[in-house]
Amino acid sequence: MADFLLYFKKIGGLIGMSSKIKVNNLYLYYGDFCALNNVNMDIQPNQVTALIGPSGCGKSTFLRTLNRMNDLIDICKIVGEVIIDGENILDPEMDVVQLRKRVCMVFQRPNPFPMTVYDNVAYGPRIHGMKEKSKLDEIVEKSLKASALWGEVKDRLKKPALGLSGGQQQRLCIARLLAIEPEVLLMDEPTSALDPISTLKIEELMEELKQKYTIIIVTHNMQQAARVSDYTGFFLTGDMVEFDVTENIFTKPCDKRTEDYITGRFG
Amino acid sequence: MSVKTTQKMAKAALWTAGFCTVAVLSLVIGYVMFEGIPHVNWQFLTMKPKKMGSEGGIFPIIVSTIYFTALTLAIATPIGVGAAIYLTEYTREGKITKIIRFGTEALAGIPSIVFGLFGFAFFVIALEPITRGWSLLSGALTGATMILPTLIRTSEEAIKTVPVSYREGSLALGATKWQTICRVVLPSALPGIVTGVILSIGRVVGETAALMLTLGGSMRMPGSIFDSARTMSMHLYLVALEVGTKPALDKAFATATVLILTIFIINTTANWLMKHFIS
Repeated sequence: MADFLLYFKKIGGLIGMSSKIKVNNLYLYYGDFCALNNVNMDIQPNQVTALIGPSGCGKSTFLRTLNRMNDLIDICKIVGEVIIDGENILDPEMDVVQLRKRVCMVFQRPNPFPMTVYDNVAYGPRIHGMKEKSKLDEIVEKSLKASALWGEVKDRLKKPALGLSGGQQQRLCIARLLAIEPEVLLMDEPTSALDPISTLKIEELMEELKQKYTIIIVTHNMQQAARVSDYTGFFLTGDMVEFDVTENIFTKPCDKRTEDYITGRFG
Repeated sequence: MSVKTTQKMAKAALWTAGFCTVAVLSLVIGYVMFEGIPHVNWQFLTMKPKKMGSEGGIFPIIVSTIYFTALTLAIATPIGVGAAIYLTEYTREGKITKIIRFGTEALAGIPSIVFGLFGFAFFVIALEPITRGWSLLSGALTGATMILPTLIRTSEEAIKTVPVSYREGSLALGATKWQTICRVVLPSALPGIVTGVILSIGRVVGETAALMLTLGGSMRMPGSIFDSARTMSMHLYLVALEVGTKPALDKAFATATVLILTIFIINTTANWLMKHFIS
């Protein structure tokens, strides 16, 4: 019964009952190339949404649209709406700096700054004006605990972050985001450069983090999508082919192309 | 000829080339040192020059050299690094950047005496009310225009080698572009920028021609940036060629020795500082 209720709630999410992010008729062009073709999606708060699809299908591009990281690419042109908490973030008037504080991103390769572990985590709060040492200490400890890294690094906070292992670096990057208390975490293949054990740690972490944050993850690993996500969207050559509750996508996909992809017939 | 013989011959040729380079270098430095070191002593380092430099020491000249180099770098470094930041972070690759880049490269190849002539006409004569004619300031401004191309080029390369992922990471945390540049990009690019500055120091300290036209050449201790002065390389030239007696030549060699050692000390300290900085 409880399962049924949960399922019902998820279905409710699909028809936009309480979405955190609402994407309406989104088109994105790199020059003449259409990288996203009329994407529509409702993303639920405190859920993990996975985006799957073969390389070059536009899923990372889509992710980068959600915190306007595509602004860094000159030839990129975007049409449509992305509404986060009732506000269209594609509006040219939008304060991108404020947006990125709310919608943070973890990248494919761990990219800690060449500073100490402590300074990496304190970077965000510092650039947003936090100076008090005691408060910073508190934030650093809290963030590292939340990213399940505290135990491993508490004795080497003043050591260079680049000395950590790949998996630790990635969790450090997550801690770095948590330090500025965002609302949405975007993860662009966060485990593709990591070994299975580090991957498992990150996945467990996501399970915990979704209590507080809305998570969207791009992944090439379909088992991962099935394991960690509540919703899954399947992208193919710029189209969002199918978006549904994860169970449905992996057990009874509506579209032939989704079925072909998840059963490994291509991609 | 067998492949093995060719291999051996190539190795021998390359070894000879390498050996020649080292040999010529040590010959030059060795000869200057050999002639100069006997005349370098405490008095030489701490006394004022007498009789056009053929007697006495070079203390005011060492001070002027340091003064002049520091002033030149103080003027050129902010402009050079600033221009490099602008070129790499704030403009798109296009016609304008190509023109600027072509300009800086062309400037780097111009003989220093041309810069000297420009400095003489512009800084010494045209801006006389500000620079007081021949002065450390005129010289430093000329020196700065000379080293700008090198500084811009090396800083630009250094900034370009900072991985895009650092910038993305910072921007994705809601940092502004300027915060990203100050806190992530520049610290990572620092070793490269410092290398450019060291190369520039070498060029400034060794410069003679351009300074003859702009620095004046006074042997007195400079009191301010508006005083005329001479650097060690200028002193060396003036003493060796315009006095030309045996004692003067000895003083010239001694000056050259001090000059080489100074450059050596600057380079080692900078390298050491840099390593210290990184770790």
